[in-house]
Amino acid sequence: MFDALTDRLERLSSSLRSRGRLSDADLDAALEDVRTALLEADVELGVVHAFIEAVRERLSGDVLQQSLTPGQQVIKAVHEQLIEVLGSSALKVTYASRPPTVILLAGLQGAGKTTTAAKLALWFKQQGRQPYLIAADLQRPAAVEQLRVLGSQIGVDVFSVSTTPVKVAKAGVAEATRLGRDVVIIDTAGRLAIDEALMREVRDISKTTSPHYTFLVIDAVTGQSAVETARAFHESLALSGIIVTKLDYDSRGGAVLSARGVVGRPVVFASTGEKLSDFDLFHPDRMASRILGMGDMLSLIEEAERTMDADVVAESAGRMMSGQFTLDDFLSQLNQVKKMGSLGGLMKLMPGVSKEMRTAASSIEDKDINRVEAIVRSMTPKERRDPSVIDASRRTRIAKGSGTTVPAVNQLLNQFTQMRKMMKQMAGGKTPDVPGMGKMASLAARSAQSREQLPAGFEALGAGMAAGTPRPGTNSKGKKKKGGRVTPPKQR
Amino acid sequence: MPTILVDEAVARPRLDGSSSYLDQRLSGSRGIFDRVRAISSSGAVSVDELSVVEEVLLRSDVGVSTTNVILESLRTHGAPDGVASAVRQELLDALGEDDRSLHVDCDEGRIPVWLFVGVNGVGKTTSIGKLAKREIDAGARVVLAAGDTFRAAAADQLQLWAETTGADIVRASEGADPSSVVHDALERAKARKASLVLADTAGRRHTSSNLLDELSKIRRVADRSPGQVTETLLVLDATTGQNALTQAQEFLAAASVTGIILTKLDGTARGGIVVAIQRELGVPVKLVGVGESADDLVPFVPSEFVEALLEA
Repeated sequence: MFDALTDRLERLSSSLRSRGRLSDADLDAALEDVRTALLEADVELGVVHAFIEAVRERLSGDVLQQSLTPGQQVIKAVHEQLIEVLGSSALKVTYASRPPTVILLAGLQGAGKTTTAAKLALWFKQQGRQPYLIAADLQRPAAVEQLRVLGSQIGVDVFSVSTTPVKVAKAGVAEATRLGRDVVIIDTAGRLAIDEALMREVRDISKTTSPHYTFLVIDAVTGQSAVETARAFHESLALSGIIVTKLDYDSRGGAVLSARGVVGRPVVFASTGEKLSDFDLFHPDRMASRILGMGDMLSLIEEAERTMDADVVAESAGRMMSGQFTLDDFLSQLNQVKKMGSLGGLMKLMPGVSKEMRTAASSIEDKDINRVEAIVRSMTPKERRDPSVIDASRRTRIAKGSGTTVPAVNQLLNQFTQMRKMMKQMAGGKTPDVPGMGKMASLAARSAQSREQLPAGFEALGAGMAAGTPRPGTNSKGKKKKGGRVTPPKQR
Repeated sequence: MPTILVDEAVARPRLDGSSSYLDQRLSGSRGIFDRVRAISSSGAVSVDELSVVEEVLLRSDVGVSTTNVILESLRTHGAPDGVASAVRQELLDALGEDDRSLHVDCDEGRIPVWLFVGVNGVGKTTSIGKLAKREIDAGARVVLAAGDTFRAAAADQLQLWAETTGADIVRASEGADPSSVVHDALERAKARKASLVLADTAGRRHTSSNLLDELSKIRRVADRSPGQVTETLLVLDATTGQNALTQAQEFLAAASVTGIILTKLDGTARGGIVVAIQRELGVPVKLVGVGESADDLVPFVPSEFVEALLEA
């Protein structure tokens, strides 16, 4: 999300960078660009104005710093303001001393409440809790059924009876208490418009069940009306926070900023994909950095850590760093990447990856990975350890065995050799001048930069390794590297 | 600086969580167009008027570039009959005079198929239910193809609509190949001499190319004899902002969209983005959903839409 904004600000920074000082005219022009970028990202007009003024205040209040170029100055101010708007008064979910902790979900139709309810339940389950779902959306045909199906997928019980939503909610909470569940999530009906009947129903449910948390579920692609929706729900329910859905859709997402600005309550969770596990706490600082093109390496690492097999990763990462990376490691990395889901999702999180590249990444199909996998699997263990033994006749055999062609095998081997050379270089501390955060990011950036020449599988490899590399300082197996050093992001 | 902006600056909101400014802002946006009407002007459009127009258009999700085009035209051509009517005319011009009817005309011996596409949660299945009712009331024999095999209980939802409307339905288990569901529906339609097939598809992100490829395949299958796709309708949620333009682009490329169904227009949203979609992609809106009951899916009338956009 916010990619368009990032692009704009990057362009902005380069046009300002050449000049020595930030004049009033420069500032106006820069802020005009920021305004357009925010509007194109669907941030509500009033919130945009407020945001721009706050940035202007930041810039004019302080004495301009000599150490920064004007462009950096603007970017810094925008960045700080974004963090402030997105991140202030963060909410930490605590559990009720007398369980269950009751959570109420509200929102317009189609925002993704029902799916979010299941995702939230799964999240709590992963936190070691025993969640319970209540289907109080008796309005939409088959909504209860949908929640039941989702509930069975994640192994969480779903409560519903066909009476009234208020009675369902009340009985559900009582049932959860009886069963000793500690987190109860209530899914409510959405309506097309914000109407009084909807608000009354949700308010009644709220009164009856006294939820500890009330979350507004809002669709990240919402336009200007996000503000009115958020406000109406907030006035009715006193929201404790916002859950944003469909963050994976693409570049926009200004609704997050709008709703946050208006309600004044934090965005707590974000849903970033179709899979039920594509859901996590919302990280405002990371999001703000991402807006400015610094990528979201922290999220990437966490996601990788959660999904990947730690031992496998540490082992091959260790070998990777010592330059002894084999095709076997490559294969295991590939499988890890497959486990993590779409490459497009990964690429999106990486810094220095342009929009075009992201688009390209999302076009990488599982079958491309499968093709590379087929080639590697058609090699003998010896060949995988030492590809240099592969001669012409072996190549023909491998091509036949994998159902590909000799050129395809050649390409893979060439790129693998290059990749390994590159890794050796980095392991030796000869990291080239690449943007990003230390080695890890430079690796990611490298793989991003060389994507165009690399076959799909190697992109996967690059992504997998970047993701799978343990945090600087935790990689005991790898050779000492100058890791952890943070270099400023490259500004295009 | 134009006076209107100064006024706003006085009531400038703070992003510190106090929502008090919002009441002012929103009450300010109500009937904002009256302010332009009130300004008597002949010919040239003042800076104040332009900024009011800009605010109205941006708040309706028309988008920055289309708004700028309209403002530029106002600046160049002026507004001899008043700003309100000039803006109305600009919007109507942008929406064009397209054919907004739903086609069923196809080759001899083939059955027309309407394919419904869109992202998740926009109201595809509901739109199909409502259209099924409309067509059956008009005397058509309708077969529904429950091609959304991804979302849990989507087929159940369509089944309910089939029972309500008396349409025939073909469904498969969750996770089945949607193309085969469409194929089976066509076979069923042929056997029962149905006159129309409405094919549901799973909501999909327009950013996922393999899902879009799958959609292209569904379309190809639906277009194979005895079927013939006469409409591919993109269902758009009126609350969607600028992202709708990207959605329309991607679905147009993947499934040759012929028209748009704009749902949830009864909400707070104005759906101004369809102006940009029509202007930039030439895809006309054919139907709008203005309520929850089955009869609330109505033909799109540009003049009414523009009026609602400006009166808001």
